[in-house]
Amino acid sequence: MIVANRKPLEEIQDMIKDCGNVLLVGCKGCVTVCNVGGKKEVEILAATLKIARKKEGKALNIDEVTIERQCDPEYIELVKETVGNYDAVISMACGVGPQFLSEAYPEQKFYPGLDTEFFGGAVQHGVWEERCAGCGTCVIHKYDGLCPIARCSKSIMHGPCGGSAQGMCEISSEVICIWDQIVKKKMEQGKLEDLLITNNAKDWRSARDGGPRRAIREELLNE
Amino acid sequence: MSDLKSGSNLEKVLKAGHFAFTGECGPPMGCNVEHLKEKMQFLKGNVDAVNVTDNQTAVARMASIAASAIMIQEGLEPNFQMVCRDSNRLGMTSNILGAYALGVRNMLCLSGDHQKFGNHPQAKNVYDIDSMQLIALVKKMRDEGKFMNDEDIDENPKMFIGAACNPFADPYEFRVHRLANKVNSGADFIQTQCIYNMDKFRDFMKKAVDMGLTEKCYILAGVTPMKSAPMANYMAKRVPGIEVPEDLIKRLKGVEKKDQAEEGIKFALEQVEEFKEMEGIAGVHMMAIEWEHRMPEISERAGVLPRPVV
Repeated sequence: MIVANRKPLEEIQDMIKDCGNVLLVGCKGCVTVCNVGGKKEVEILAATLKIARKKEGKALNIDEVTIERQCDPEYIELVKETVGNYDAVISMACGVGPQFLSEAYPEQKFYPGLDTEFFGGAVQHGVWEERCAGCGTCVIHKYDGLCPIARCSKSIMHGPCGGSAQGMCEISSEVICIWDQIVKKKMEQGKLEDLLITNNAKDWRSARDGGPRRAIREELLNE
Repeated sequence: MSDLKSGSNLEKVLKAGHFAFTGECGPPMGCNVEHLKEKMQFLKGNVDAVNVTDNQTAVARMASIAASAIMIQEGLEPNFQMVCRDSNRLGMTSNILGAYALGVRNMLCLSGDHQKFGNHPQAKNVYDIDSMQLIALVKKMRDEGKFMNDEDIDENPKMFIGAACNPFADPYEFRVHRLANKVNSGADFIQTQCIYNMDKFRDFMKKAVDMGLTEKCYILAGVTPMKSAPMANYMAKRVPGIEVPEDLIKRLKGVEKKDQAEEGIKFALEQVEEFKEMEGIAGVHMMAIEWEHRMPEISERAGVLPRPVV
């Protein structure tokens, strides 16, 4: 899923400092699963913003709505009647949300309530980690399920680099060296020879480097 | 001499069977060419080639290619370093051609320290290709006369191709295999990370010799003299991939503060003596970091002067 973090309260307060009537739009997709932009988090942010404004002695009305997904025009359509009634609208979805809302309702000003971070999953309750860089040409099977593109700090294809120490990456004692794990797994399997080849340089056209991407399912176009 | 790959001095020294001795010179954090030239003069005649670092430790400095060209004007032979962190295959390819056009004949292909360590940690890193692929790129340009995209080059850059090897990074059992991969990708010579743990390095070299790697490439052992006990402590604790045995720290602490630099040099010289005899070692890469002015003395005391003229 897409993992995001809520923006610092001060940043959100600053976005809406001149607004008295605000709508918060949550999303029931990824950001609900990673506990940052669902109904509950929308409620918490609304309450927090109201309290903060009250301390300043000013009024703030906040309405809340949480829709199925903000990455689908079908659901974006559902706020059509109300979205124009506010000074500002804060999207609590990933970066797709405020863009789809802005595209659908060009007269309204939308703000991102979240910082979208990565494609990943929960490794324990309350902790999410990056697993995919969306490079567009998956090679995970060559590395026994461990992606060096997303998980090596240098995305190198022939690791570990000289900075790998005791299973951890040179950049931080909190970051594992994925190449250490790849090598150990290959060694356990007796398949070290898999790592003794020089892979051709990656074709990054399938990644963001090839420009903004688009996926088309021909079979759906004709439905 | 037509069988030379590049015709660089370093290549000729190694090919003739001499014990090679290379040095290092970091470009300035500015445009102070005079100071750079002063540092170079300390190395002149005392080494066979000098590594010109490429934004080492991810700190922005004068370009390696520019400092290499200045070095050639000063009458020294550069070993032009290039890291994968700062440019993509287009930038690297053009700099390889440019460096060759300026007279550079040796280059060292590196991944590069992560930018987190440097003075621009906000930077986007590149890593379009990695060090293994960079080695293969330079080899392809030299031997096949082709760019990475298979298009023809009208005049090949004939570089003597170097790579780094860190026997002290983990997992240890894999390091010799990664070295083999670099040799198979096209590395003609290897310069190792700074060695302090001699027991481990002896074991590593035995493995490299047994695998036949030292017949396919020249291995230069990396030596950095410790300037003080605090430096040894810092390297032991803070520099990833460097192993400093407790014994060495004790040895440095065992002498008065003013004598610690001399003790560090003594240890380095003892290392050089052992490397001269060690099977598979073709030379020493002396990285006297910001200690260029001590290099005449270090080379002299290491017994490697005069440098061979080949």
